[in-house]
Amino acid sequence: MSDIKYLKGKEPHAREKRLIFRNIDREGWDTSIDRCLKEGGYEQAKKALKMEPKAVTDEVKASGLRGRGGAGFPTGVKWGFIPPNNTKPVYLICNADESEPGTFKDRYILHQDPHQLIEGMIISCFAVGAHLAYIYVREEFPEAAQILEKAIGEAHEEGFLGKDIQGSGFDLEIYVHRGAGAYICGEETGLIESLEGKRPYPRIKPPYFPAALGLYMSPTIVNNVETLCHVKHILEMGGEEYAKLGTPRNTGTRILCVSGDVQKPGYYEVEVGKLTFGELLNDVCGGLLPGRKLKAVIPGGSSAKVLRADERFKIKKGDDEVEIGVEDIPMDFDTLMACGSMAGSGGVIIMDDSRSMSWVLNNINNFYAHESCGQCTPCREGSLWMKKITDRIEAGGGMPSDVDTLASVAKNIDGRTICAFGEASSWPTSSFVAKFRDELVAATDESNASKPTNKEQAAQQRYLAEEPVA
Amino acid sequence: MDIPAELETKINEAISHYPVSRRSAVLPVLHLLQHHFGFISEDGVSYTAEKLGLEPINVLEVVTFYPGFRQSAPGKYHIRVCRTLSCAMSGSYELMEKLCSEAGIDRSNTSHHDPIAVSKNGKYSIEFAECLASCGFGPVCLVNDEFHEKVEPGKAKELLDQYS
Repeated sequence: MSDIKYLKGKEPHAREKRLIFRNIDREGWDTSIDRCLKEGGYEQAKKALKMEPKAVTDEVKASGLRGRGGAGFPTGVKWGFIPPNNTKPVYLICNADESEPGTFKDRYILHQDPHQLIEGMIISCFAVGAHLAYIYVREEFPEAAQILEKAIGEAHEEGFLGKDIQGSGFDLEIYVHRGAGAYICGEETGLIESLEGKRPYPRIKPPYFPAALGLYMSPTIVNNVETLCHVKHILEMGGEEYAKLGTPRNTGTRILCVSGDVQKPGYYEVEVGKLTFGELLNDVCGGLLPGRKLKAVIPGGSSAKVLRADERFKIKKGDDEVEIGVEDIPMDFDTLMACGSMAGSGGVIIMDDSRSMSWVLNNINNFYAHESCGQCTPCREGSLWMKKITDRIEAGGGMPSDVDTLASVAKNIDGRTICAFGEASSWPTSSFVAKFRDELVAATDESNASKPTNKEQAAQQRYLAEEPVA
Repeated sequence: MDIPAELETKINEAISHYPVSRRSAVLPVLHLLQHHFGFISEDGVSYTAEKLGLEPINVLEVVTFYPGFRQSAPGKYHIRVCRTLSCAMSGSYELMEKLCSEAGIDRSNTSHHDPIAVSKNGKYSIEFAECLASCGFGPVCLVNDEFHEKVEPGKAKELLDQYS
């Protein structure tokens, strides 16, 4: 809509297409339901409640919507995994545990447009047959939790939640559940354990696919905040029309969060795949800082494998295979996967030539070592080993063989854990070693190999070297 | 443990949000206790267990797992500085140093299991937090429940002055 005015200095870029972020940083906008109702708020929920639940799911399937939380799994297909002969209650959980380093999109929906999310949840709950839903919001968003609770209260008063919503006979309660600062709660089965009041140790799949055995061992759909908001727009536009946004198999819009060494970091909602990384960096984000060169980019949150600025990739374009550089990569799910990384949660972290890759990797390793839940040995021990090794390299005590050790530890985590955190923690190390091996080796010193690495070893060396005192 | 009536009401309300299993209310009850008492004491663990019909260990294992729960008293103003990549690139480690020196906090005795350092006068406490999800506008920090973006290291004193 062209009559929307945004706050000064926060206007969307011309390349943006704002669906989900339509009301973010908007002049005169607030989080009240009155404001929202004036602009057609909850109309899609009303429409959905008059449809058949299956018809709603079919629209979502037709839209091609893929989950915006990280895995990029088709949302309609996920909903379809609820066993057809199910007799247990169905639950829906909104995953608002936004914690992937580099990602900061759900924050704005929760803080500035909570009713969009609630409406998306009502439609989604109706489609999957859930009468009880939770919003699992991370503990570090205390204000968001308050805003959501107020918004839920308002939705109740207006008859969009509770018993017999808008005379449809459909009942729904939504509650806010606050996490407590653990990244692993973003993993859907870990989140479910946490919501059951336990340590968030992820469950093994199979058999614990949430759509079959989720919360309280009942079918449970866990969707990201942004994903649930898209459902509202799919209803508004119709699934087929929505699918025309973006590119085939990578439909709709998504919010890219850009941070690091760029002129204009921030959040940008664009049609999926319509923008290359180079356009995002140079056009939308105003380019690198003066005099700097691009060194590396992490394209989908810190778990995504790093891309080196001078890498070349062979990708399929129609029937042909073409070679492209980093700046030519369209920011969609499939191309980023073909380039060996992933679109993940949309967090794009850009690094210029002033950055030390061993420092960057060490920072990331510290994150994963801190956040490993400790359930699986390869991840619990391995993430800590990788952190200790890069800590040592950063402190000037690393030896060249440490780089191979890093790669070996990472390789032994990948694929050997219950949940995808194992991959998330090992991919940064394996990709940094593969792509910046020389720089990492240069940060080490052969002479360190004969030096003690801790106090005990130092005491041992002194004891063995000294002549006994007479 | 002396639970004020108002807090008890909030706790009962929170428990009512989980009609299928009272155990699900462990996190919300602990949040309410921590918000009121500053941290989760042993009494807090026992109270929560009794209230929800659990063994104390079921509650303690939750308290010890989640970084969001504290087992010792923080300062009146508890500061959490984001440590993760984008914030570190924009100076969060320097911010941490500045905040500590301005507030008179010594972090040398902190560890993974005991991450919080408190100023001598008990007014401020500080710890590093992992990604606070505002990566484009770092360095960021939380002071109690209030969020601050673009807190460049030079603004450390200015930030502390807002809480005095």
